[in-house]
Amino acid sequence: MSTESYEDAIKRLGELLSKKSDLGNVAAAKIKKLTDELEELDSNKLDAVERIKSGFIYFKTNNYEKNPTLHNALAQSQSPKFLVFACADSRVSPSHILNFQLGEAFIVRNIANMVPPYDKTKHSNVGAALEYPITVLNVENILVIGHSCCGGIKGLMAIEDDTAPTKTEFIENWIQICAPAKNRIKQECKDLSFEDQCTNCEKEAVNVSLGNLLSYPFVRERVVKNKLSIRGAHYDFVKGTFDLWELDFKTTPAFALS
Amino acid sequence: MAATPTHFSVSHDPSSSTSLLNLQTQAIFGPKHNLKETQLRIPASFRRKTVNLQVVMASGKTPGLTQEANGVAIDRENNNDVFDDMKKRFLAFKKLKYMDNFDHYKNLADAQAPKFLVIACADSRVCPSAVLGFQPGDAFTVRNIANLVPSFESGPTETKAALEFSVNTLNVENILVIGHSRCGGIQALMKMEDEVDSRSFIQNWVVVGKKAKESTKAVASNLHFDNQCQHCEKASINHSLERLLGYPWIEEKVRQGSLSLHGGYYNFVDCTFEKWTVDYAASRGKKKEGSGIAVKDRSVWS
Repeated sequence: MSTESYEDAIKRLGELLSKKSDLGNVAAAKIKKLTDELEELDSNKLDAVERIKSGFIYFKTNNYEKNPTLHNALAQSQSPKFLVFACADSRVSPSHILNFQLGEAFIVRNIANMVPPYDKTKHSNVGAALEYPITVLNVENILVIGHSCCGGIKGLMAIEDDTAPTKTEFIENWIQICAPAKNRIKQECKDLSFEDQCTNCEKEAVNVSLGNLLSYPFVRERVVKNKLSIRGAHYDFVKGTFDLWELDFKTTPAFALS
Repeated sequence: MAATPTHFSVSHDPSSSTSLLNLQTQAIFGPKHNLKETQLRIPASFRRKTVNLQVVMASGKTPGLTQEANGVAIDRENNNDVFDDMKKRFLAFKKLKYMDNFDHYKNLADAQAPKFLVIACADSRVCPSAVLGFQPGDAFTVRNIANLVPSFESGPTETKAALEFSVNTLNVENILVIGHSRCGGIQALMKMEDEVDSRSFIQNWVVVGKKAKESTKAVASNLHFDNQCQHCEKASINHSLERLLGYPWIEEKVRQGSLSLHGGYYNFVDCTFEKWTVDYAASRGKKKEGSGIAVKDRSVWS
């Protein structure tokens, strides 16, 4: 975004100077001064703030102001159809990959896109992130998206011994939620390279999370009534692919036991 | 008829080689019962194994429910349209963004080096990539209810693990905590009683922001509830920033100047973005008094 804005500005300057060539000397002096100033600035901090400022101005001009009906409605309330769990990884923003517009998806992002099993104290964070969109906003679809080169999954696979003392206090405590995925992959895929094992684990961990979703009564009850569907996905940014799969529910005819 | 609660227990059996999960139910039966048993099969297509979910319901209690579960045709058509749409979106992304910037994505595939850690709300209206234009690779992004940061000493580990990874492994240079207007999580915090209702997940989580509520009530209790909430939305950002300084490895980096902490408030009612930065040197004095943080470089973009 910031590159567009300075390029646009330079283009406009060039057009002006080609019409008013007598301004050439004045412009040269001012441009030199500006360049010297920019060189001296604390480039790290200023870039960071300028970066987000220009991003916001771009959003306001090109999105917010061009869609007033949508944004006025969103200011009053939201009714997203999707609840998405994605990794916090900077490369996998779901709104980029799947072009979610504002208002479409309630998005929870954490390390390795994990959903822990129901636990009111230990996992109140994810529990709240499920309870609100499902029971208050009535989302219709849950999507858990794993991805390639996931640092969290790699860390999980690298844990040698489940009882070894933790080196990184919080990360290991969190990622062990998907230890069943790691154990299965270590057993079933022992002949594969570590990298391939990790890829398999990225997908298996999504399945563990999908199963954990069903440990929340308000999820289960809506899934049974067919008001909520659950899907898993894997985004591979090395190959540029997106796999999608679902938990499929069928009911067999009931029979009475009496 | 006696009440017949259904119980679910989830057991993870890591050594099991036949199924990943066994979800089993037990029902406590009353003296007379008429059970209808519905079996749900869940094939996990990736592994081609099935998970059996057995739901036992007492028919006398909830006939409507068993009827629904029994034979109603599952209307998947609408649902499949949604996912066909998703497929089109992904392919459009691949064609328009991924392939055009293939080199950039290839480099990203090797490693990420984001400059930001962003902590934002999961609200569908406040996606940081959309509102602030972050591109892939720019920002490691954590999203939870009400963009809260638990203290170092207590609370769930989800957000803390992300802090640990982004600060210590990815070495981000900036942490930006973004709050927003009309936040449902903050509203829940402001509405709840002092005692957490243990049945509510939301309350169990937003109580992490209790200090922000207390400071809001101390200065703004005469205002209209909506204005109190807005005050709390901003107070909560500052309390989160203060909490961040309670993480030793974060404070160390801020002290050294290799990490900056920023607060941001996105108001989608009037489309403005307010931003400020923590002034660490001035905050240290305040920390001893226990009265919060000092900020600098405040500006509003509109």
